[in-house]
Amino acid sequence: MRPRLNLTSGRIDPERPSTLLRTLILSWSKDERSRRVTPRRVVSQLPIQLTGCMLAIALLMIVGLMGLILCQGLGTFWPQPLWELTTSDQGRYLGLVHRREPIPADDHAQGARAQRTLYRIGNRDVYETDFVWINDQHILTQSRPTEAVVVERLEWGPWYGFISDVKTPEGTVSGNREQVWAALLRQRPSARQRTRVIRRIERRIIGDLNDEVEQHRLAIRRLELRGRLDTPTEQRQLQRHQHAIKVLEQRYARIADSLGQQRAQDQAYRVVLTSIDGRQKELPISAIVRIHQPNRLSWCGRVAVYADRLREFVFDPPREANTEGGVAPAVFGTVLMTLLMSVAVVPLGVLGALCLHEYAKQGPLVSGVRIAVNNLAGVPSIVFGVFGLGFFCYLIGGTIDRFVFPERLPTPTFGGGSILWASLTLALMTVPVIIVATEEALAAVPNGLREASLACGASKFQTVWRVVLPAAIPGVLTGTILAMARGAGEVAPLMITGVVKLAPTMPLDHLWPFIHLERKFMHLGFHIYDVGYQSTNIEASKAMVYMTTLLLLGIVVCLNVTAMRIRGQWRQRFHSADV
Amino acid sequence: MTDQPRLTTGQTVTIRRPARPPAAAAGEPPETAIAIDALSVWYGKVLAINQVTMSIPERRVTALIGPSGCGKSTLIRCLNRLNDLIEGLRITGRILLHGQEIFDPLLDVIELRKRVGMVFQKSNPFPKSIYDNVAYGLRVNGEQRRVVLDRVVEDSLKRAALWDEVKDRLRTNALRLSGGQQQRLCIARAIAIEPEVLLLDEPCSALDPIATAKIEELLYVLKERYTIVIVTHNMQQAARVSDVTGFLLMGQLVEFDATEKLFTTPRDPRTEAYITGRFG
Repeated sequence: MRPRLNLTSGRIDPERPSTLLRTLILSWSKDERSRRVTPRRVVSQLPIQLTGCMLAIALLMIVGLMGLILCQGLGTFWPQPLWELTTSDQGRYLGLVHRREPIPADDHAQGARAQRTLYRIGNRDVYETDFVWINDQHILTQSRPTEAVVVERLEWGPWYGFISDVKTPEGTVSGNREQVWAALLRQRPSARQRTRVIRRIERRIIGDLNDEVEQHRLAIRRLELRGRLDTPTEQRQLQRHQHAIKVLEQRYARIADSLGQQRAQDQAYRVVLTSIDGRQKELPISAIVRIHQPNRLSWCGRVAVYADRLREFVFDPPREANTEGGVAPAVFGTVLMTLLMSVAVVPLGVLGALCLHEYAKQGPLVSGVRIAVNNLAGVPSIVFGVFGLGFFCYLIGGTIDRFVFPERLPTPTFGGGSILWASLTLALMTVPVIIVATEEALAAVPNGLREASLACGASKFQTVWRVVLPAAIPGVLTGTILAMARGAGEVAPLMITGVVKLAPTMPLDHLWPFIHLERKFMHLGFHIYDVGYQSTNIEASKAMVYMTTLLLLGIVVCLNVTAMRIRGQWRQRFHSADV
Repeated sequence: MTDQPRLTTGQTVTIRRPARPPAAAAGEPPETAIAIDALSVWYGKVLAINQVTMSIPERRVTALIGPSGCGKSTLIRCLNRLNDLIEGLRITGRILLHGQEIFDPLLDVIELRKRVGMVFQKSNPFPKSIYDNVAYGLRVNGEQRRVVLDRVVEDSLKRAALWDEVKDRLRTNALRLSGGQQQRLCIARAIAIEPEVLLLDEPCSALDPIATAKIEELLYVLKERYTIVIVTHNMQQAARVSDVTGFLLMGQLVEFDATEKLFTTPRDPRTEAYITGRFG
């Protein structure tokens, strides 16, 4: 069981990765050391042991971090039992166990052993707080009522309690809790349908209408800016636009009317919720996002709730100041921004590296440029953000606005933060990574290939384009992987170049020209910061932070694996059977 | 130097491909393909080639032998100006390819390299398919027509005696070929653009005897169409394949003569010492 070390080269046999760990274990196991390892060998193996230690530390950090995120994040959506408690001070509570801890020492109660528990009691609208600490020794009775219901609502967070009435235009169901529950479940599909219809009218139809009105308004403004409204053609155009707006406004009035009716109809279907201490709250059925009786759920039911919560998290927009709902816009923003950044940075970096390595005459100037590029990688990212804001947003974007979209001023189009400028800022930030990686790759292309190409009568450009660059592609992709990983995780420069807490519109939608690079966007990294540090209900949003982190890591891994796949395919082309 | 080349003034730079005269009859002195006149090459301050004058006969194999570092490779790389890439290189003297000065600043070096093909010591096929390797020279010259490419690829591979081995896998990566096949592929790539001269820089030094024998046979056939200059370490090889041999020592051309003569009755004692293996 001796570690297989190649002592002449001081390297650990690459064929047997496990030897590294074994070395580590053996080097610290006492009897092994006293029996076999002479002092001289200890000294000779010291560097190897050090490498093992460093690897172990790195592994520990990665495993620990991933473990923490996975444990804290993945458990979040699992439905937990609702506990009903009565306490010695006549309090009655219904809630989920959130966290347990020993009572701090200065709390002079029952010695060090005493525990207290943080219960999430929900019902923020009536209790004004989501959480309550209860000392374990104050609890008189504890039970899990089967009819207890978790109601996830559009507003005010979850409600933990019971359902007393279901009111519909056809009549009211009350009394027997089983019947009420069944009635509520019956009403849910139609309520969901009504919500869908209302949301469609609000988002799609009215949104499109607004967009159309805005187009006409801008057209009128354009005519005004041209300054000569007296010619008959322009008068006609003006009148046409004004007429169109009038027609659209009439249509809007009709739609708003029908929307009002739909809403009134929807409001007629209501549910009355009761808390454990008898307080009541009435709300429309359509305001319920999800409803379940956790103490009664079968294992399959729990999985279903878990899956539904996960689906909402990944595919739905956020609610309640980002602390509930999903992160879909942030996922989309992150991916789109990272891809845009890659599209911008790879050509830039590769061309720069080609110029530096293949064309430029090596000398002090080129060395200076190279040093400058490398140092650029050390500039704090926020500095890039400030540069991006000044250069891209204000200078370039402002100029575009002045000459291309003057009719929209003073509202900026490209003149403010946007996904385009954020991507370009990050591209600038990551360009050194690509340049360095590409230069390394170009240097590794055998000179024989260049000579062979030139000897075939190819020009320098043809040689670079057809032979050298393809051979350097794997290296370029390595650089791209590093750049994407850095770019996707970056937050500071984005905060001032286009990321917002809540973007009303996505950079991609059904309105022409479909991709709106001038829009602001949401980003998972910023979402973590915002939810974790800027929200008022930190205890409740902690789980969201872990889940968002997990998602961000997942996205980075996905992007990297894709790039690695491509790199693997390219590499295969350069493998030879026998050379 | 019996057939001193006519030195032109370098005024004409248009590429002239002379119509090829029929192969010289046996015994008749061959025409000069490349005339090297007082060529000296410096790498910075180091003199690599010292006043070399020689004339390389048309459609013959000319071998350059000599110990390592004697300037053989430098000399052969001057013939297609591949040395241009090296910084700090300085050349004096003249080289005339069919009477045309190749160091003429007005001459298009790319055109020159199309006329003077080269095969290197280490086989260096591009990491592309066999087909794309052979078609590379044509493609960079703008040839796109599939029919032409197909014909030239087949033709070149046949002439490089590789066709039968690879005709069923033209689309596979050239790097999967064996070392000897790769070197023959490089020859096929070089002759695909129909050069006038083919330069071979120790083409067999990394190959086993069987692959070497194949290449040598190939040279024997190829010299009917091309002027071949081969640099070699292996004196037996030079004796076997070449018609004319030059012996280089410390950048100087010690002796340049018909191979038979040079190997049997060398005029210079240094040549004799080298070919009998007393140094080098």
